[in-house]
Amino acid sequence: MSNNRIIHWFKYASPQSFYPLAGKMIPWFWGLAAAFFVSGLYISFFVAPTDFQQGEGYRIIFIHVPAAWMSMFIYLVMAFWAGLGLALNTRLSSMMAQALAPTGAIMAFLSLWTGALWGKPMWGAWWVWDARLTSALILFFLYIGFIALQAAIDDARRADKAGAILALVGVVNVPIIYFSVKWWNTLHQGASVSLTKAPSMATTMLWGMLIMALAFWMYSIALALTRVRAIILEREAHTEWVKELPEVKGNGQ
Amino acid sequence: MNAVIAIIRRDLLLAMRRKSEVLTALFFFIIVVSLFPLGIGPETALLRKIAPGILWVAALLATMLGLARLFAPDHADGTLEQMVLAPAPLGLLVTGKIIAHWITTGLPLVLLAPVLGIQFDLDTGALGILVVALLLGTPLLSLIGAIGAALTLGVRGGGVLLSVLVLPLYVPALIFGAGAVEAHISGLGAGGHLSLLAALLALAVFFAPWATTAALRIALE
Amino acid sequence: MLTATGLSCVRGERCLFSGLDLSVGAGEWLHVQGENGAGKTSLLRILAGLSPPAEGEIHWNGEATRTLAEDFRRDLLFLGHHGAVKEELTPFENLSLAAQLDGTALDEATALKALARFGLRGREDLAVRFLSAGQKRRVLLARLAVRQATLWILDEPFTALDVKAVGLLSGLIVEHVTNGGIAILTSHQTIPLPNGKILKVGA
Repeated sequence: MSNNRIIHWFKYASPQSFYPLAGKMIPWFWGLAAAFFVSGLYISFFVAPTDFQQGEGYRIIFIHVPAAWMSMFIYLVMAFWAGLGLALNTRLSSMMAQALAPTGAIMAFLSLWTGALWGKPMWGAWWVWDARLTSALILFFLYIGFIALQAAIDDARRADKAGAILALVGVVNVPIIYFSVKWWNTLHQGASVSLTKAPSMATTMLWGMLIMALAFWMYSIALALTRVRAIILEREAHTEWVKELPEVKGNGQ
Repeated sequence: MNAVIAIIRRDLLLAMRRKSEVLTALFFFIIVVSLFPLGIGPETALLRKIAPGILWVAALLATMLGLARLFAPDHADGTLEQMVLAPAPLGLLVTGKIIAHWITTGLPLVLLAPVLGIQFDLDTGALGILVVALLLGTPLLSLIGAIGAALTLGVRGGGVLLSVLVLPLYVPALIFGAGAVEAHISGLGAGGHLSLLAALLALAVFFAPWATTAALRIALE
Repeated sequence: MLTATGLSCVRGERCLFSGLDLSVGAGEWLHVQGENGAGKTSLLRILAGLSPPAEGEIHWNGEATRTLAEDFRRDLLFLGHHGAVKEELTPFENLSLAAQLDGTALDEATALKALARFGLRGREDLAVRFLSAGQKRRVLLARLAVRQATLWILDEPFTALDVKAVGLLSGLIVEHVTNGGIAILTSHQTIPLPNGKILKVGA
């Protein structure tokens, strides 16, 4: 019995089996993302109280913080899939990493941009070199480096493996970079939400950020699955099963 | 072990026979450092303040220039393949190459920086800390840079792509290295910064040759 | 004894060859033939261990080359398309360096004798970039003569050699094989060696 289950799991490790599975999952994740976005934004704008010091402008924190969390989380997931692809020599894991990179980069960029929008009314400047924003900037550079390296290498498998090494080196470096930048400048607000300390903000604000984080998470998964399907079509274009797909055949190629 | 010494000697010999490449990188360092006062103004107090940062950034850029030469020539003439197929472990041979690279690129920077630091009116104590920081930092730069050089071997857009990959990874070295000198100047003591730099160096010595070797094998597949 | 079973090679999206078997024993040499782009160089690089095969196993004296690693490399001499000489070094320096990398001892007299055998007497201390193309290839021949390796994998070794050098190389390979060595070569030209096995690569 358990043998059957194991075989079933590995069955989805091939692009051919994963393609339709991903197709079925995507609408569910879009649905979840929409649901979380609606409730999250509702909480952000109508339920969370006005901050005593920062007024209404602080509400951008409900996008900035979840985007920042997601940019870091996606980097870890991306490095995981890339590393798995390198260790087990599987194509699909590497394709997953390739699919996640642009979404992670956008999250990093979003966190930078919303950080600036938040900073202008708070600190009077569009950009401040504080620890968090600077680390986010460097994380954004790491994403760009990963995407650029994969784009520059023609051979897909070499691009997968080289990207994996870069991502793994990045994963080791992200905590080091974060720590060093924090050491360098500590004027950012102390972590308002942390796993170990009690949050120093109203519970509703916390809920708002967590739900928005879930919304971003579902959105990222939906987007990554969509992108990985496109990558599969592109890289497996020479195989019979791709040529037989209705969406490929229908183009009269 | 003999093979590693052989590689180091070989790379040093090659560098001596192509002195111009090594000297060009050094002159690049000098020119870049001199550009800043020209762009910012000759006010001594300001220059003294930004000197550690400038010297470090220029050192980063000069190291980057030298990285393109680390594996590319060997790859082009087939000697890299021979190294991969040599009985000696590739990780050791790669470490040998990185050591030679540091001797020809990093060490001259360490010796030249205090001379340039005088231009910025840094006092002897600060210059001493600068030398120690660069002594710890430049090997770190060579080690991390080697990973980038191996990943971009034979790839389009090589040099610029290498910079995009490696410069973000250089940030901790820059922060702690320049920070050490600044901490000394402001009287806080450079001990913390220098120890962190040493810790990063130890981590890189352990981790970087392994990553570089993996990247080289991938490049040769 | 080198054996390979079920080797397949994929480059980009093309499958160059699959299900390839070969076996070469002591005292034998193998001529790998095929059109340009058929996968001859890829096959040789896979056998040498530079690229992993998409499928299949390679065994050296009964053990998988992947596990043997260092011990396999010690018995192997691979020459690829590129010259594998450093242009700024002299032929003598190139030879000594190659020997040190291989972990073998090479005294000056043996090195000089090998270089002289291949017509490089008087040029041992001239940087390789001052030599002609043919002379550069002869430095490689000297290395073949000096290195003690059982398995030779040579990719297009006869390229850029004049008639005399072709003779010298053929002599070397015959000597090597007669003494119990193994050689695997590719060449577009007919190889002037007797009694070789032939392997055709590509459809």
